[in-house]
Amino acid sequence: MPTEIDRNQVQRLVERGAQLVEVLPPDEYEEDHLPGAISLPLRRLETEAVRLLDRTRPVIVYCWDTA
Amino acid sequence: MSPRAAWRLESLGFGEVYDYVAGKLDWMAAGLRTEGTNAAHPRAGDVSRKDVPTARVDERLGDVRGRVRASGWEAVVVINDERVVFGLLRSKELDKDPELRIEAAMRPGPSTFRPYVSIKEMAEKMTLHMLESSPITTSDGRLVGLLLQKDAVRVAGEEK
Repeated sequence: MPTEIDRNQVQRLVERGAQLVEVLPPDEYEEDHLPGAISLPLRRLETEAVRLLDRTRPVIVYCWDTA
Repeated sequence: MSPRAAWRLESLGFGEVYDYVAGKLDWMAAGLRTEGTNAAHPRAGDVSRKDVPTARVDERLGDVRGRVRASGWEAVVVINDERVVFGLLRSKELDKDPELRIEAAMRPGPSTFRPYVSIKEMAEKMTLHMLESSPITTSDGRLVGLLLQKDAVRVAGEEK
């Protein structure tokens, strides 16, 4: 079950090598994204997650807010 | 959207998956750095004055006024120990009875803006609503700095 985390936990996990993934559309990623995040829109998750992400490291996903 | 992504990643075999539910809005509202095309443009948090004087609700206005004007300011943000904004004093409030406690003299609950708002938008809003200064706060109400209308208009003009 995925774990919900807050901003401070994001920073700590990234320091430990977690992968940050923005799942919003690419144009929103282009405008602003968290430092070091990669763009992996929800619609492309099925086909590209395994290629782009390392299964052995933690993954943090985020979008715009809780909506 | 991110909960669905998190669950799907788990089902694809990723063992340690986290969901930053508050997301990009929360990150930017905290004034934290971002990357991307917008990051090159100044925002409210960048231009706000971090050296704005602050005061506590239980201080005496006369004491605060002396301190503030000696440092060349005409505005004070009233905060608590957690830097949460309670009020604002501009010139008009600073000129009130020096024996008043700050909580009786301040303008309570001032409109605040988030650090990620573009400086162009801030300049337009502050001009339209005749705001000489506006506190910039994080989403949990903590003071980042005070944005002066003259700074917002100047920097927005330099952006053009």
